[in-house]
Amino acid sequence: MLDLLKPSMLLAAGTMLATGAFADTRELVINSNLSDPAPKQALADVVADFEAANPDVDVTVNTFDHEGYKTSIRNFLSADAPDLALWFAGNRMLPYVEAGLFEPVDDVWEENGLNDSLKSAASAMTIDGKKWGVPYTYYQWGVYYRKDLFEQAGAEVPTTWDEFLAAGEALKAAGITPITIGTKYLWTAAGVFDYLNLRTNGYEFHMDLTAGKVEWTDDRVRATMENFKQLVEAGFFLENHAAYSWQEALAPMVQGEAAMYVMGNFAVAPLKEAGLTDDNLGFFQFPAITEGVPLAEDAPTDTIHIAANAKNKDDAKAFLAFIASADQQTKMNATLGQLPVNSGASVNEEDPFLVAGFEMLSNAHGLAQFFDRDAPAEMAKAGMEGFQEFMVKPERLDAILERLEKVRQKVY
Amino acid sequence: MSSLAAYWKANQLRLTPWLFLAPGMFMFAVYVIIPIFQSFSISLYDWDGLGARTFIGFDNYVELTDDEAFYTSLKNNVIWLLLYLLAIPAGLFVALFLNQTVTGIRLYKSLFFFPFVISQVVVGLVFAWFYDPSYGLMNVVLGLFGVEPIAVLADERFVTYGIIAAGLWPQTAYCMILYLTGLNAVDPEQIEAGRLDNAKGWRMLWYVILPQLKPATFIAIVVTVIGALRSFDLISIMTDGGPYGTSRVLAFYMYEQAFSEYGFRMGYGAAIAVVLFLIMMIYIAYFLRRMWREETEGL
Repeated sequence: MLDLLKPSMLLAAGTMLATGAFADTRELVINSNLSDPAPKQALADVVADFEAANPDVDVTVNTFDHEGYKTSIRNFLSADAPDLALWFAGNRMLPYVEAGLFEPVDDVWEENGLNDSLKSAASAMTIDGKKWGVPYTYYQWGVYYRKDLFEQAGAEVPTTWDEFLAAGEALKAAGITPITIGTKYLWTAAGVFDYLNLRTNGYEFHMDLTAGKVEWTDDRVRATMENFKQLVEAGFFLENHAAYSWQEALAPMVQGEAAMYVMGNFAVAPLKEAGLTDDNLGFFQFPAITEGVPLAEDAPTDTIHIAANAKNKDDAKAFLAFIASADQQTKMNATLGQLPVNSGASVNEEDPFLVAGFEMLSNAHGLAQFFDRDAPAEMAKAGMEGFQEFMVKPERLDAILERLEKVRQKVY
Repeated sequence: MSSLAAYWKANQLRLTPWLFLAPGMFMFAVYVIIPIFQSFSISLYDWDGLGARTFIGFDNYVELTDDEAFYTSLKNNVIWLLLYLLAIPAGLFVALFLNQTVTGIRLYKSLFFFPFVISQVVVGLVFAWFYDPSYGLMNVVLGLFGVEPIAVLADERFVTYGIIAAGLWPQTAYCMILYLTGLNAVDPEQIEAGRLDNAKGWRMLWYVILPQLKPATFIAIVVTVIGALRSFDLISIMTDGGPYGTSRVLAFYMYEQAFSEYGFRMGYGAAIAVVLFLIMMIYIAYFLRRMWREETEGL
């Protein structure tokens, strides 16, 4: 078991395929975590356009499985760095920024007017007053639901907590599980917590909590958990959710056994592939809980960064400017089924989920990245494990909160 | 030149074994001995694997003593160790059963050996489907008897046992093959002699067969104990340590702390590795002592 301590470079090496050896072309290497078909295509299109515009640059894309990427990025950034690497905004990039593995790119922002066009994501890209990459997409979180099941159960799309509970009860009475969820990999439970906390205590409190400024044993956290408990104890969530991944939890919704999913917009593609259409799949904003708390949303931003050890930083910067442009963001996000960050880009009007999401986010009081991007890694892990445990054993609330408080005091 | 040649001539007998041993010793040092000391030294630091290290003495170990997750992992390791040993009697039983001359016995033997040949990852997936609360075979069968579905892998009470059961499947096959080879070497004359003295059934097994299988049993214990202590792949595939960390073992917890998505704590991970190493050390010491005694005293 001790040999696990040796960093494995196999992954990085395995995907490095030899590229063309043209004498006067410059090589640009991108490591990507976009392994699903649509996202992979979206990046391939950008690369093709970039190569067409810059015939002397030869781009290589190394695609990693997106779960494996999260662990291999550490190895390849320090040992065998690509020029560009895809990653996530917020606290998730902090370790690489602190270790000096990402290159600051304020000049790219300055020269291409990104401070205006990408303004909405500027704060999520800034650490220590510098910008560390460029966002290429973001997406909304919210409640995806089966319109036909709601109708069948006589449930209404809720806008308040009481309506939400009433809708759930109506669904249960019709023999339908109100909310499907698969918590095997933990983060899905954090989505529910994020929304409950944003709606119970508001954006500012949520950001303070994830930044470690508030105790986990605080009464306001307890209020959030009290609302969580209402859902758990009323049997709103899919049974045995801890046994399923988020993809496996899509099945009950497709089969008409569950009606809602608190998820990111990336769930739409697999749901539609499984046979749902715009006619029976709908989206609504997570309902308000505490009156007077302005509605803020989870909207994780995906980003691209220059590795500090990159060999071809000039072309890497050109690529950042290219992928940040309004045209490319429009095109890329149409394929991705997500929202462009560039304010000059346009949203795919054909897609009702994107239109709804764009409108919701434009009116949001604030945008959170997501629990595991807003909170530091160790806190995120402990927190998500706590939420999962709470969903199975709500009676352990006190022990869980005390454990999280202990972790908080250690981490920050 | 001539003095070197003279030295070589004079000491040839003394030097040659060392020269032959050198490549092996070099590899062993680089891949086993030095990493052990490196792990220990890393465990004294606070280090994210990327940036600067901070020396913190034994703080990581102090933190371990106050870490619920560590105790859960330790407890699970003990459960693994004890239950995994069931593979030995099970393997013996299958081996005895298959140790007969029937048409096609080679085919049956291969089929019984099959679980050991397939990857642990596949074993994990197969069992995860088997346990699936809504479509899994186990719950379908339980349903026939009117038993409510049990979500083995999502219930903290059953999860570790569920994974061990999956691990026993290939491990039993492994022990079986060890015993089958051992049974080939059993002296037929002794069995004949036992028969003449009216030994049969359990007594024959216990007093005549098993003593002759002692070397096979010894190897079976060795591989099973080590297999139990380094259990990792099944846990990673079947539950990812969950639900809420209740199926972790030390090896998995170490991986989680040091390398996983939310890891970044090399020092703490190394401290767990050192503890796991010390536990293994107890066992390895016993093993080495026994080997040494066997070689010197011919036991």
